[in-house]
Amino acid sequence: MNSVAPIEKNSATPVQKKSIRFPARSFLAFALTPEAPLTEWLESLDGWTENSPGFFAGRPVVLDLNVLKPAAEEVAALVSELGTRGIRIYAIEATGIESLDPQLPPLLRGAKAAVIDEDKVESGRGMKAASSGPVQDLPPANTLLIDQPVRSGQAIYHPHGDVIVLGSVGSGSEIIAGGSVHVYGTLRGRAFAGATGNSKARIFCRRNEAELVAIDGWYRTADEMDAATRGKPIQVFFENDVLWVATLN
Amino acid sequence: MGKVVVVTSGKGGVGKTTSTAAIGAALAQTGLKVALIDFDVGLRNLDLVMGAERRVVFDLVNVTQGAAKLSQALIRDKRVDTLFLLPASQTRDKDALTEEGVAKVIAPLKQKFDYVLCDSPAGIERGAQLAMRFADDAIIVTNPEVSSVRDSDRIIGLLDSKTLKAERGERVSKHILVTRYDPARASRGEMLNIDDVLEILSTPLLGIVPESQAVLRASNLGSPVTLNEPGNPAARAYIEASRRLQGEDVPMVLPTDKRGLLDRLLGRKAA
Repeated sequence: MNSVAPIEKNSATPVQKKSIRFPARSFLAFALTPEAPLTEWLESLDGWTENSPGFFAGRPVVLDLNVLKPAAEEVAALVSELGTRGIRIYAIEATGIESLDPQLPPLLRGAKAAVIDEDKVESGRGMKAASSGPVQDLPPANTLLIDQPVRSGQAIYHPHGDVIVLGSVGSGSEIIAGGSVHVYGTLRGRAFAGATGNSKARIFCRRNEAELVAIDGWYRTADEMDAATRGKPIQVFFENDVLWVATLN
Repeated sequence: MGKVVVVTSGKGGVGKTTSTAAIGAALAQTGLKVALIDFDVGLRNLDLVMGAERRVVFDLVNVTQGAAKLSQALIRDKRVDTLFLLPASQTRDKDALTEEGVAKVIAPLKQKFDYVLCDSPAGIERGAQLAMRFADDAIIVTNPEVSSVRDSDRIIGLLDSKTLKAERGERVSKHILVTRYDPARASRGEMLNIDDVLEILSTPLLGIVPESQAVLRASNLGSPVTLNEPGNPAARAYIEASRRLQGEDVPMVLPTDKRGLLDRLLGRKAA
């Protein structure tokens, strides 16, 4: 992690032994999703900002073009149209558009929807995830049910609630849940429960072949699990500062 | 309207090209019109396995770019006259293919042929995704070993998300073809068994092809094993797989060792 780049012997100036770090940051971004017909959508946007002036000031706004699906040439006009309203676009999300004019904001991929607590956003806290969809009020009991196997390479990210998988979770895939993780098939991949800071979350599976299990950042790899729990139905929970992997009987 | 079938695997060297040739030939021998497309642009092999390497004039990239007509690029097999090959280009790379270009090739082939078999390159990148893009069915070639099975699982995930059918909310029907199955090693417990493979991939089985020298011989001769040595157990497994692909109900038999019954019993006891 802190490795230092080799120093050139010929260089005249002394080179400081300083490594460059790239800490990751995530911010909550608002996604604007224009819809056709555009003029009407802009009108309703104007109506809305009239009631909440300055709502977008200083906030990262992402332009989600997956509904409008404009041609790549039309994007510039839309961005400047929003610019005249004081809305600065930080990035553009548009599947189907491969590249944009370098003058325009960069294309964004892999954004995930986030549920936000309005109060927290107002006070500047709770900035944890990027949002791609329109901000909605979701019911508090927000469980994600997956009725097919989770395949190798897939990542299920559900920061606000439990994840239930009816099939198996393949080796090389991961489930990240704010709540608990329930797998009714074999868990062969990685499962992260309580990922947003909930140490009371648990992981359950019908058959434990997991590569890694974690609750609230406390993790245990397959090697560190009791061999007696392999191939068995288990639960994983956090108690007395220890992550427990226990068979279910 | 024909069916587009992608032969894919994720991992390289598991037998995609061999299987494409063998199943394609087996289908064509029943009188069906079959086109094989080599999507491995830059590393083409299907022409060699089909013994057509000395007759390649135009290729897939030429057709997608409009430089040649489909009819000019298709090579008719010398042994089975309903079997055709559309070779890949060896001098280009996967970036030479575009989705629109591939669509322009697939659509007319689908009209004229009963089966269009797309031999996918290894990997999960652009080349492999374009090969599966228009598929109705998928044959996932898997060896009974952990790395191959996990890569197959990854490919199944892509088949369920990156294909045109998946994007329309339909499903590509997927079949597992286990190749290089070694009965002797299986009986000693040195390979993943078939049940484990199917349990991990939760996808129906199309066939189990035993490891065989005949497959290697056939590839080197440039003749699909189903034409070259149709009586060989591996060829029979491919022929049965091709019948199951058409929806026929053919009972699945686990390939067994050629050794005597007594040896096998002793072998199993020792394990």
